[in-house]
Order: sequence, then structure tokens, then C-alpha cells
Amino acid sequence: MSGRGGAGRTTFLGMPATAPPGVGNLRGTEPFPAAARRALGDAQLRRNLRHATGTIRAKSAAVIDEVPDWPQLRAAGRAIKADTMARLPELLEQLEAAVTAAGGTVHWATDAVEANRIVTELVQATGADRVMKVKSMATQEIGLNEALEAAGIEPVETDLAELIVQLGDDRPSHILVPAIHRNRAEIREIFLRAMPGVDPALTDEPAVLAAAARRHLRETFLATRVAVSGANFAVAETGTLAVVESEGNGRMCLTLPETLITVMGIEKVIPRWADLGVFLQLLPRASTGERMNPYTSLWTGVTPGDGPQQVHLVLLDNGRSAVLADEVGRQALHCIRCSACLNVCPVYERTGGHAYGSVYPGPIGAVLSPQLTGVADNASLPYASSLCGACYDACPVMIDIPSILVHLRAQAPHPRTEAAAMAAAAYTMDHPALYAAAQRAAGLGRLAGRALPPPLNGWTASRDMPAAPPQTFRQWWAEHRSGS
Amino acid sequence: MRIALFVTCLADTLFPEAATATVRLLERLGHQVDFPTDQTCCGQMHVNTGYPDEAVRLVRRHVRVFAPYDVVVAPSGSCVGSVRHQHPMVARRAGDDALASRAAEVGRRTYELSELLVDVLGVTDVGAYYPHRVTYHPTCHSLRLLRVGDRPLRLLRAVRGLDLVELPQAEQCCGFGGTFAVKNADTSTAMLADKMRHVLATRADVCTAGDASCLMHIGGGLSRLRAGVRTVHLAEILAATEADTDPPGGRDRTGPASRDTAAVAR
Ligand code: SF4
Repeated sequence: MSGRGGAGRTTFLGMPATAPPGVGNLRGTEPFPAAARRALGDAQLRRNLRHATGTIRAKSAAVIDEVPDWPQLRAAGRAIKADTMARLPELLEQLEAAVTAAGGTVHWATDAVEANRIVTELVQATGADRVMKVKSMATQEIGLNEALEAAGIEPVETDLAELIVQLGDDRPSHILVPAIHRNRAEIREIFLRAMPGVDPALTDEPAVLAAAARRHLRETFLATRVAVSGANFAVAETGTLAVVESEGNGRMCLTLPETLITVMGIEKVIPRWADLGVFLQLLPRASTGERMNPYTSLWTGVTPGDGPQQVHLVLLDNGRSAVLADEVGRQALHCIRCSACLNVCPVYERTGGHAYGSVYPGPIGAVLSPQLTGVADNASLPYASSLCGACYDACPVMIDIPSILVHLRAQAPHPRTEAAAMAAAAYTMDHPALYAAAQRAAGLGRLAGRALPPPLNGWTASRDMPAAPPQTFRQWWAEHRSGS
Repeated sequence: MRIALFVTCLADTLFPEAATATVRLLERLGHQVDFPTDQTCCGQMHVNTGYPDEAVRLVRRHVRVFAPYDVVVAPSGSCVGSVRHQHPMVARRAGDDALASRAAEVGRRTYELSELLVDVLGVTDVGAYYPHRVTYHPTCHSLRLLRVGDRPLRLLRAVRGLDLVELPQAEQCCGFGGTFAVKNADTSTAMLADKMRHVLATRADVCTAGDASCLMHIGGGLSRLRAGVRTVHLAEILAATEADTDPPGGRDRTGPASRDTAAVAR
């Protein structure tokens, strides 16, 4: 899949490329610790996140508890994804053939630049100057809205949370609830400020806010001829695309316009129609804590006289082939974007999504973003985890995120002093006599004070170091037990 | 039974009381404890900081030192997790499949203390006496990597005099995470603040866990607050008996060590 081209083109020319810089939203402007530090000081953000993630965690846990075969479902989900990755090129070609046979058009995009160009040209060909959008991570990833705006095309987000982000001139901070960092009062202020024709008497009741958004969007739904979506799944054997959403706004976009353009990461393909049965059980319970997803839209190419008559599918690589080439890291491509790992992550809960820099925040972002861009461009993200493992337990497709984090840390560029210290430590620890001497020296050193020197002073900024014991265990053993 | 003690570098250097308690406990239960002195560190710090290649020599050493033993115990869920899950991976990554399979073999015979007691030795009442109000923090690696489940709680419930109080949101990470506590000190501290809030809400005198590392983190925070709650390793509680003159555990962390480790261990 390196490079574009249709069936039969699977030639690899060296290592597959990572996502190019300068386009899209995979790279932050500062390292995670610095961004996190600012976020941690935002009391409103902390409160919003604690409330939102706590609520969704409880809801999800309750409905997962109802499913007696949840472990088997997770294992099935993982197995299907592993099988998919093992034969991704073949499945994509099968998908392309099926979509084409059903009257759709398939485009291959190596990266964000190419995908943005393809979509922009497709919109321009319709003569439209406005598109409505179904919430989609892939288009956020490539910065499609910015590209469309640069071409004089207005993108209108129709997902409520995405609309809040767009109207607030903000960035998404969660893959499912992009405005999770906002509370009702803040949303009301954004609507009053940025929603044309909004009722000035707007309250912050959720139903009232939703109704205001619905009125605002209705005109868009009826008057816009082109829609852009992502896809949660694409069935290779039938050419069927699937979008899973809660509001019904996506359904409007997918059925009302004349032209529908779907941008989908190549890893979203699944082999069989029957596989949908597994994922449609896993996704809603892990994601929103619902038993069944409210609006599941499925379409297969063009149905004459019903729905969009121009149907395009843009298959996006943007670094995914590079991820696939990594035996350990490729698991990150199994992700079904349920956001369960974000909701259970103690780091995400406290820093929020913006600190991760990329549109993919939280645990999955910490393993996916650095792989898509190359680890050097997101070097702090693999360290943005205490390796507590809550994400692995929560993931409906059993992605071993902690192992990928550790794997990526090995690829991260290391500070020179740290590398030297680590090498010295390993040498010392491989020589028990040196090690014992170092232990004693460490014990004496620490008696001098309770603050550690840099770079370890982060520890003693908020925690005392324990006082040194009078003797190490091995000294005690030598005195009391050895030879006994 | 002859049991090899994998002391862990942290307990060896900074928390010997957890290790001496492990020795006393197992000896009291009638077992013979060996301490192979060529052991040093399992290399987890190297692996988790991104230096698996440096860790290879430590894995090789660990496997060589512990291969002769049928049963190995460590007073640390995290280090057992490292031995069981990371060692074979580090060896495979270095292209040494023979080492990987020997590491996996050693990993299978290595137990965290509560696993050893409950699963291998088949005891939950170890005859301990500890008249204190105690709350238990299940450390992430015990909980999710080893799945020790309620074994530590079963052991604690059988301790005479012990008043066990449930820790709210117990399964949330304390924020230690090794290199995480240093590289992401602010986020780590935010997590610690919540953990301390929950510990204090229990009104316990003692917070215990199966990992000296997490206890160092939680205890370091509590000490900074002068909160008056001690952190004590699970092994120390299980080793304590009526015969102890000095209530064991909880070396004063706000100043130089006040107690003689040797005296604790008879
Ligand atoms: S990594 Fe797993 S838990 Fe996280 S969003 Fe993806 S599927 Fe969900």
C-alpha cells in the first residue's frame, strides 16, 4: 500500500513514509509535560473532565457487566483486526472492487496533502462552496477543514460536539466527545457568541442547547449538496461503508446530499459483513455506554434514486503503512476509536486532550500519533503514561497499549546525559560489588538533604525522599543470615 | 520449601525492612529462604525508560542467578511483572531466543509475595498480629499485570487486630510509574494528590501495598504533608506478631532512620 494506485499495486519502495509535517493535526507545538502542566492548573477543565469521564466510565462499566461473553467478544474483535492487518493490501483491493462495482469511486491518498487535494477537487467539481461534515477523526487528522477553507469552501460540522469546537474556534480534545472539556455554561456562551440567529434567551439546559444546534443545522442539511464523512468500518466483501453515531445528524448528511465523500483510514476495512456483528456489539458499550448504537448508517455504493448519487471513498494512508510495518506497534491500527482508553486513563482525566498536541489524545493517541509521524516528531508522548494498564483492560479490541508505549520509548531520541547515566547504571548493576558500593554511597548522599538534584528534582518538588536505612538488605543478610 | 528471595533493587537499597520482613515471614512459616547475592536489578527502569538494549545484560544476569531455583519470591508486583512479561520480550528483541525461553521459565517460577503465600504455600492466615487501622492500595502491576486479585486482602483480613478499611477508587493509579514520576512530575503529582485524598478519607493510620515503589511515592507525598499516615509494605504487616516489642513497619520518613533494621529482624 505504499503509494497510490489501484489493484495489484503493492510494491514497497523502502520503508513506508510517515505522515508529512506542515499539514494536518498530528503534531503539537510543545512537549507533553509542558502542555500538561498548564492544563493541570485549569480548575474548570479538571472539573469538566473529572465529571465527564467519571460519568461515562460508570455507564460503560454497567452495560459491559451485562454481557456474559464480553471477554469472548473482545477476543473475537482482536482476532478479526489481527487477521485484517495480516492481509490488508488484499482486503483493500477487494473493498475497492466491491465499492466500484456498486457504483462508487475509490481514490487512494498516500498522505494528508494528497487526501486534501482529492477531496477539494471533488467538491470543486460539484460547484459547491459549502460542505456539511459528519464527525470524523480522519478528516481532523489531515486538516481537511483548513484545506477546504483555503480553497474557498466552507465546511460545516454537524456533530453537536464538533460544532461546539468549530464555533468556539477551538480544538477537539476527545475522539468521541470533541468538546468534553466544555461544560454547559461554556457551550451556551459559545452559541450566543458564534451561532447566527441564536435566541438571546438561550439557557444552558442540554435540551435547549441541542434544540438551538438543531435549528442552526436544519438549514444546512436542506441546502447543502455535498457531504464529507469518515467511516467506522468498511466491509471488504460487500463494499459497504458504516458510520456509527448518536445524534442522527450524521444520518442527515449521509442521505440528503447529492454527493458523499468519505475519507477513511486504510485500517478501517474489515473482511466480512458478519464481522460487523462483533464490532457493533463492542463499540457502543465500550464507547458511550449504550447497549446498542442509536444511528448506524450503512451504504453500499450508489442506490439509484435513493440517497447520494455520487459516492466517493478516499483511502488514506498518511503513515499507516509505516505503522503496519512495525510488528509490535501495528496493534495500534486495531483501534475502533471507541475512546474507552481515554475515559479510564488517569493521565487523560487530569490533563485533557489538548496536552497531547495531536487529534488523537489519551492512551491510543500516545501510541498512534508518534507512529504516524515518526517517534522523533512526538517524542514525549510515549512517556505520557504511568503504564498503569487501565487502557489495556478497557480496550474492546484488547490493544496492549502499555507494551506499545514501552516499545516506542526505545525508539524515542534520548537525552545524552540520560543515555550515559542509563548505560552506567546497567554496567554497575551487572557488577554486584560495584552495585553494593553504589548503594552505600547513595545512602550516605541522601542523608545530606531531602532535595534531589536535576533532573530528579521533579520528585522532591512534591514528595519527600525516604530517609536512608541504616543498612541495605544485602548488608543485613551478610550479617544475619549468610552461612547459616 | 526452599525459596529464593529476589529482593528488588529498591527494597535492597531503600526499603530493606520489606525484604527482612519477607524473610522472617517465610521462615516463620517453616520455609528456607535463600538470597543469591549475585542478583542486582531486574532492569525494569531501563526498559520502561526506553533502554531495552542496556537491560539485556541485567536480564541475562537475573536469569542466570535465579535459574537454579524452583520458587522465587519478590516483595513487588511490579518487579515480578517485569520478570514475567518484560524479560522474554527484551531477550527476543535482542535476538536471543534461548535467553527468552529461559527467562520465560524463570518468570513462571517467580511469584509476588501474596501469590506465593496463597497459591503456592496455600495459606491465608499467616499468624500475624497488627493492631492498626489499615487501608490497602492495589498497585497497578499487581492488579492488572499479575492479577493478584483479592489475595492481599484475604491475607490482611486474617491478620489479628487489624482494622481493614476500604480505599475509595482504590484501582486508580497513584501516579508513580517509575520514569513517569520524574518526566511528568506535574501529572504524577496531580494523580498522587487524589490518591492521598482517598487515603486520608479512610482515616487509616497505615496505607499498605505490595510495592515499595508506589509506597515510596504515596509515603513521600503524605510525609511532605505531615499527614500522619504511614506507608508500610504488606510483608511487614504479615511478618508482625504479638512478640514484636516495637510495632513493625513505617520507618519514620521525615528524618534519618530512627530504627535499627537489624533489631526488627531479631
Ligand atoms: S485503543 Fe481501544 S479503547 Fe482506545 S479508542 Fe481504540 S479501541 Fe477504544
